[in-house]
Amino acid sequence: MSILTIVDLNKSFGGLRALSNVNLNIDQGSVHAIIGPNGAGKSTLLNCFVGRLEPDTGSVTFDGTSLLGIQPHEINQLGVSRVFQTPEIFGDLSLLDNVMIPGFARRDGAFKINAWNPVRRRGPIAEKAMEMLKDVGLDDKSKQIAGQLSRGDKRRLELAMCLVQDPKLLLLDEPTAGMARADTNKTIDLMKTIAGRGVTMVVIEHDMHVVFSLAEKISVLAQGTVIAEDLPEKIKGDPRVQEAYLGGAHL
Amino acid sequence: MRFLGMNRSDWLLFIGFAVVTLAGPIIFSPIGAGYPDLLQKFAIYGIFALGFNILFGLTGYLSFGHAAFLGVGSYTAVWTFKLLTMNPIPAIIFATIVGGLFSAVIGFISLRRTGIYFSILTLAFAQMCYNLAYSVLTPITNGETGLQLTQGDPRVLDVAFGRDYGAVLPSSDLFGIDMTGYPGFYFCGVMLIICFFITLRIFRSPFGMMLRAVKSNQNRMNYTGLNTRPYALTAFIISGMFAGLAGGLLAVTDPLAGAERMQWTASGEVVLMTILGGAGTLLGPVIGAGVIKYFENIFSAFNETILMQAYSALPEGLQHFMVTLSSLFVGEGWHLTLGALFMLIVIFLPGGLMEGLRRLRNLFTKSSGGQGPGNSAETAHSATPA
Repeated sequence: MSILTIVDLNKSFGGLRALSNVNLNIDQGSVHAIIGPNGAGKSTLLNCFVGRLEPDTGSVTFDGTSLLGIQPHEINQLGVSRVFQTPEIFGDLSLLDNVMIPGFARRDGAFKINAWNPVRRRGPIAEKAMEMLKDVGLDDKSKQIAGQLSRGDKRRLELAMCLVQDPKLLLLDEPTAGMARADTNKTIDLMKTIAGRGVTMVVIEHDMHVVFSLAEKISVLAQGTVIAEDLPEKIKGDPRVQEAYLGGAHL
Repeated sequence: MRFLGMNRSDWLLFIGFAVVTLAGPIIFSPIGAGYPDLLQKFAIYGIFALGFNILFGLTGYLSFGHAAFLGVGSYTAVWTFKLLTMNPIPAIIFATIVGGLFSAVIGFISLRRTGIYFSILTLAFAQMCYNLAYSVLTPITNGETGLQLTQGDPRVLDVAFGRDYGAVLPSSDLFGIDMTGYPGFYFCGVMLIICFFITLRIFRSPFGMMLRAVKSNQNRMNYTGLNTRPYALTAFIISGMFAGLAGGLLAVTDPLAGAERMQWTASGEVVLMTILGGAGTLLGPVIGAGVIKYFENIFSAFNETILMQAYSALPEGLQHFMVTLSSLFVGEGWHLTLGALFMLIVIFLPGGLMEGLRRLRNLFTKSSGGQGPGNSAETAHSATPA
């Protein structure tokens, strides 16, 4: 069953056609990778899912609801969480607070004035936040200020912030970009664990090692269109993909 | 250990604050500030700065128009005196409500922008209020003369309860206790303590956490399913209500409201108080308000005669030189002292006086072989040290 359906999506910036007639189906519970050379429109496509960009024509349907014309926070409340290419975290707050905030957002909705009772550092939300920090291996740093973390740790923190919301769909924009090999492998293992819990994931990634160790299905985007969509082993041998990526050289 | 949801250190902080406020007349008398006129200014501007800090310290939105709410509060309070009763309680309730309504309107519009554009919008609104008070709204504000009580005021509630002030201009009184002198201070002091308690609750609550998140990263908030604007607007309204209350209290202690209370310099003053004391800290803004009002009082009272006496030990030429030099910084020129002080603080203690206190404490705990690194992690965690 498809959880995210994209039909005939078009987006132009001035004269540049960033996306032309993109069709995509993301199956519930799958890990779907979107790959493609630089400038292929991967990030534009992702931005159309989350309300950052409004496509010119076409439709984006998540779990039966159209995602077009609604605010990013409303999309998140439907169950879509996103990890950014440059980690977006609350840099002045502690790691625990960083993960508790999405927890409150899930429990209390987009806006609630809960100004009288203090934040409970031992309540269910704090406990769940600690659990998520443990999952990403940051529980020993829970009292640190998030802005002081290394880049790799910031990414893992952002992942914990998404996971605490129990998202139905997790969007990851180059989750391992700029990471050392060891960190990349740790992240792959982490994402495998998450996928094991049945979270649907869409991963945009340059690193083929990451893509082929994770993805169950791969869509290849080139010049704004999907040129191939198949299982990883088939994509590996697809001549069109090799053409688009490497100008004909073998993968 | 928790009581009413607050942990022990917060209760200690609150009780300490309340004790210092109530014992103000004794504690501040050694530095020459133990008299009610000045103490009530500490309390009133403390409330003003506390509220401002909820907006600026937590959400990071720098408003340059908060004096408008202060002025609106004063006008409302004086009108309540004129129309209803000289009892201060209805006056401050209406002042708080009207301050909140004004800030809801101004905040709703101004919060469409962030950063410098937000500041400019609030400044423009405040200047508009200021100019309106002098021109079109003269029937309400009594223009340059300022809004005053008259013997012919209706005061319907006072009349209904048979309260007659005779042929003199009445002053505000709480069920027979005259709101001048120490009772006036204690009335403001109790309000300050209540406001401090509310602020403390907000700082420790999930709502306070959200306001800090607004300051930290609005983009992440949106993609986390949180609508940032109502959070910022609520903070704006709360701070507007605090300002309205402060304005109302100014009118309680001196039943007169003038438009100069709304001028941009007054808005700037609360910014200075908050930054000087430490934006985003609980106690900082109150300390900042106290320091500024204290210096204003001390330095502006100096005149040439006092200076001549102070330098009387020097030879005459030098004495005159020193008097001329110093007189730049006192009397009318005390703002120069304030400016110099502000520059020193911002350059050497970007976190305000509270950061200075924290550094002193760290120095002290370190030299006495204190807890070392564990301690610093602790301060990092409680993102809002008192």
